[in-house]
Amino acid sequence: MSLDQPNLDLSPKVSDEVRKTTCYMCACRCGIDVHMKDGKVAYIEGNKDHPVNKGVLCAKGSAGIMQHNAPSRLRAPLKRVGPRGSGEFEEISWEEALTIATKTLAPIREKAPEKLAFFTGRDQSQSFTSFWAQGFGTPNYAAHGGFCSVNMAAAGIYTMGGAFWEFGQPDWDHTKLFMLFGVAEDHDSNPIKMGIGKIKERGARMIGVNPIRTGYNAVADDWVGITPGTDGLFILAMVHCLMKAGKIDLEYLGRFTNASVLVNEDPKSEQFGLFLRDADGQPQVIDRNTGELAAWNGKGVEPDLGATYRHKGVTHRPVFHQMADRYMADSYSPEAVEDRCGISAKRIRAIAADLARVAFDEAIELDRPWTDFRGKKHDKMVGRPVSFHAMRGISAHSNGFQTCRALHVLQILLGSVETPGGMRFKPPYPKPATAHPKPHGKVTPGAALDGPHLGYVQGPEDLLLSEDGTPTRIDKAYTWENPMSAHGLMHMVISNAHAGDPYKIDTLFMYMANMSWNSSMNTGGVMNMLTDTNEDGSYVIPNIIYSDAYSSEMVAYADLVLPDTTYLERHDCISLLDRPISEADGVADAIRWPVVEPDRDVRGFQSVLCELGARLNLPGFVNEDGSQKYKDYADYITNHIRRPGIGPLAGFRTGEDSLQSGRGGSNESQIDNYIANGGFWVEHVPENAAYYKPFSMDYQNWAVKMGFFDAVQPYIFQLYVEPMRKFQLAAMGIGTRQPPEHLRKQVLETMDPLPIWYPPFEDAHVDPVEYPIHALTQRPMAMYHSWGSQNAWLRQIHGRNPLYVPTGIWEANGFEDGDWARVTSTHGSITVPVAHQASLNKDTVWTWNAIGKRKGAWALDEDASETTKGFLLNHLIHELLPPKGDGMRWANSDPITGQAAWFDLRVKIEKSAAPAESQPVLPAIKSPVGKGPKDIAWKVGE
Amino acid sequence: MTTLPPPSAKKLGLVIDLDTCVGCHACVISCKGWNTENYGVPLSDQNAYAGAASGTFLNRVHSYEVQPPILKDQPAAPAQLIHFPKSCLHCDDAPCVTVCPTGASYKRVEDGIVLVNEKDCIGCGLCAWACPYGARELDAKEGVMKKCTLCVDRIYNENLPEEDRQPACVRSCPAGARHFGDLGDETSDVSILVAERGGFDLMPEQGTKPTNKYLPPRPKDVEPEYDILAPYLEPIAEDGKGFVSWLDKALSALPGGAK
Repeated sequence: MSLDQPNLDLSPKVSDEVRKTTCYMCACRCGIDVHMKDGKVAYIEGNKDHPVNKGVLCAKGSAGIMQHNAPSRLRAPLKRVGPRGSGEFEEISWEEALTIATKTLAPIREKAPEKLAFFTGRDQSQSFTSFWAQGFGTPNYAAHGGFCSVNMAAAGIYTMGGAFWEFGQPDWDHTKLFMLFGVAEDHDSNPIKMGIGKIKERGARMIGVNPIRTGYNAVADDWVGITPGTDGLFILAMVHCLMKAGKIDLEYLGRFTNASVLVNEDPKSEQFGLFLRDADGQPQVIDRNTGELAAWNGKGVEPDLGATYRHKGVTHRPVFHQMADRYMADSYSPEAVEDRCGISAKRIRAIAADLARVAFDEAIELDRPWTDFRGKKHDKMVGRPVSFHAMRGISAHSNGFQTCRALHVLQILLGSVETPGGMRFKPPYPKPATAHPKPHGKVTPGAALDGPHLGYVQGPEDLLLSEDGTPTRIDKAYTWENPMSAHGLMHMVISNAHAGDPYKIDTLFMYMANMSWNSSMNTGGVMNMLTDTNEDGSYVIPNIIYSDAYSSEMVAYADLVLPDTTYLERHDCISLLDRPISEADGVADAIRWPVVEPDRDVRGFQSVLCELGARLNLPGFVNEDGSQKYKDYADYITNHIRRPGIGPLAGFRTGEDSLQSGRGGSNESQIDNYIANGGFWVEHVPENAAYYKPFSMDYQNWAVKMGFFDAVQPYIFQLYVEPMRKFQLAAMGIGTRQPPEHLRKQVLETMDPLPIWYPPFEDAHVDPVEYPIHALTQRPMAMYHSWGSQNAWLRQIHGRNPLYVPTGIWEANGFEDGDWARVTSTHGSITVPVAHQASLNKDTVWTWNAIGKRKGAWALDEDASETTKGFLLNHLIHELLPPKGDGMRWANSDPITGQAAWFDLRVKIEKSAAPAESQPVLPAIKSPVGKGPKDIAWKVGE
Repeated sequence: MTTLPPPSAKKLGLVIDLDTCVGCHACVISCKGWNTENYGVPLSDQNAYAGAASGTFLNRVHSYEVQPPILKDQPAAPAQLIHFPKSCLHCDDAPCVTVCPTGASYKRVEDGIVLVNEKDCIGCGLCAWACPYGARELDAKEGVMKKCTLCVDRIYNENLPEEDRQPACVRSCPAGARHFGDLGDETSDVSILVAERGGFDLMPEQGTKPTNKYLPPRPKDVEPEYDILAPYLEPIAEDGKGFVSWLDKALSALPGGAK
């Protein structure tokens, strides 16, 4: 043959138009360029100008076209015609759907608003949905944080005014040592991948702490294959080493933390363990300039970390003394913890030494002057270039809150929070717990709730308890069982509603939450609760309304289905009032807008709430004449005013003579301005305000100008969380609001104001000899919960999920490739395919989360590998601990925040004959959308 | 059989960093998206929503576990997981081209990119058999051979902004593990990267002279060379009491300390 080459068109037309919006293939919220041909979506890539992803895009985002066109999309409102759970529906009009919803909800609001439980799953519009719920008047609202990562969020807020992901990030440009704990690989995933790429390029080091070496841990320079549930012990052993060696940042601790605040040490005092305060209520320190008492925030005060104070026979010692007493004890030595952590004492010391070496020997300085809140001028920004990131792995345990706290205390001891090279907050964070609302739960029939549902309690007086001590909320958030449940407990809603504990409800209204499948513990039990009937044949949970864009497993359990749009067909705002897309150097928010109009009879859920809110006459959703206030969500985004000058979007607000950022009036063209700007808005933090944000007047003044808060609110980090001590004091009998007897011991033991470690609760309830193996799930980077399986491209990457088994267990059971195993917990048993993985903690098995699917869901064929070989670990986990014989229903949750303790799970494993399919097999549900086509091959441009 | 052109001076290709690749499959899917919509017939999927789903991909990520050699008197280093993205390596001596009976497979004279002229492809599959890397896939719907084009319709495309004229997989890679450039030019960024990091050919014994290079993972789980106890963890006190007296001294030494 000849060397003749065909003439190629090297410059084919790429698209007719690029429309810039925000991805929603996971919770990362990257900017995307949607290439359009003939009015259709042809290709999606990352937006190079976008602050989150700077042009890159993950597999999910790149497969967005297949999600947008998925055959599983719902097509019209559905009314159930068969029994609950059957999947038998008829399509109805929106008018009929909204009439049914209104007729269901209006009487509840009139008589007992708490009988509506409204929970919104993976909602990215929580400031809006919570506003709606508040207007309705029910206390029973939350999103999915309670079963996701509330331990991380709450521990971060209470300790330092922010945690990871939406709140903060490593200083990728300066850090020299990055330590990653138990991360879920989808949280902030593209920024973390970009950050890892950056530090690798600079030759900086990365340590991964995770029982499983995959993903980010696979590229870590050092992998610490820790035993699940022992991260807190490992961290506190490093704290022990660093304190014992004096490798801590004394100047930083003295000035910027409550290490120097004086604590009452009189065991007979009602103030035992509380801060010494002045007449204004300000915590007291000893000023090194004068040797006298002074308020922590006094002008020119230099708090003394070491000085004690004795007054009226009572000794007050600084928090730092208590920390020394506790963490220098031999019980936290590496030798004392090595066996439990599965990490040698030598290794623990080596990592602690590395942290010390990099933090102090490789300290960095930026020539940027700044002024702190005591008026002290600093001519430099000194940085400790060690940084950390963590997510669900360490938080989804019953000791997760204290473990997350321990990690933050380690960061702070090193002086590496909000300093160059360490961890940096993203505006509008940092924000101390005291600047957040407290939780509200006062119900008035026919009226709005008395304030925002979720918030940060400061003591027993803030719990949501009725006069007889019973919980106000259906999920028992903010009760003695879990006092600091800042995100609610979505995982307990169905279980409690079914049990009528603390009360029965009338309607369960949910959005984007696959509760009858992968988003619940005890999946089979939840299905039974949703379909259970009273003696008269009526359902125990009388009404279920559900909104989803896709034919998920949960759809089958609804009486009324409100079909949502895909992410390319809708308006959204990723708001500063909620979980914005800011980066450490810039405050940013973003929109979604319909780059294509739906070709089905579906509506954006938030727009539906605007109309439903008006039909129900909810405050905030009707004009004075009773007419509908917001015609749709876009109207709300543009015109809603939360506080004077503050709306859902902070960019392009109207000023006196031009558009401005942060504060300002509503702007009818705001969404168009966002579209013209690439779908987002960003304003950079001034250079001298870019670090030390909680303490820096340069930052505080800028934050007020931008409208994050209305007055400066500098604060110091709370190594010692005094509100926790108040709960302990109550448990000791002090105060009028007292815990029930059966919870006193738990409150006293777990609400320690300085981080502690205790074994995961499951270890106490389950015989570790009979159930010696830890079982975990991880989310693959290429899938988002259950969503990936409806995506023809992504399901070819993760279409099945074996149970990965470490070498020792593999060999002991004589497993071979293709084998199956029966996996049993105290709660249940599954039979699943196994695969060998050597790079695993020796006592841990794991699988990918949410790959297993129910037959009939997601428009998949009944022989889809997700339904025949895929499986859920959820069947092995109960939302309650095993009964203790006291008649109580003890939640399988963190006793401080109520976070679902998914990762406490212990199992045993044995070889099994290969069944035809993964066990248990559940009956198929009837698909309301049919099945997807057999083969696909399309080009939009043809 | 088809003849290869003399080696071109310009050798466009990819450099893939195995130290940084986290195995996220972004490159796999962005490739699928671009090449479904662009060059040649779309990349089809069979049983797209059923069991045994199988589609055409021009780039796939494989993962391999590696057990580092166990040294005498040393505890075994933990196993490692290496993510290994693989697509056509645009070989200088491309056996897939020489085996092609119709001339459909060819290597471009000007930049060394190996392409399939789908018009002439009879779907015989010989090229896929000849490729030692398994980098070609026969599209089950159209019966033509598909392979990485190095996004030849992007890298010269004047309808794209200049910064976007790179393969879709490189543009999307979140970790920055993929690099594109001229490996025939010793002074190019990619050539310098290969020289600095010890980039290597995949299966050089096959004699294919691949253009694409892989950068090896850096050594992992290496114990520190310094003594961890001195100076970094040398104790200043044994208990809380001792710590407090150390603290008093240490605070005196700070600016504004004891007078």
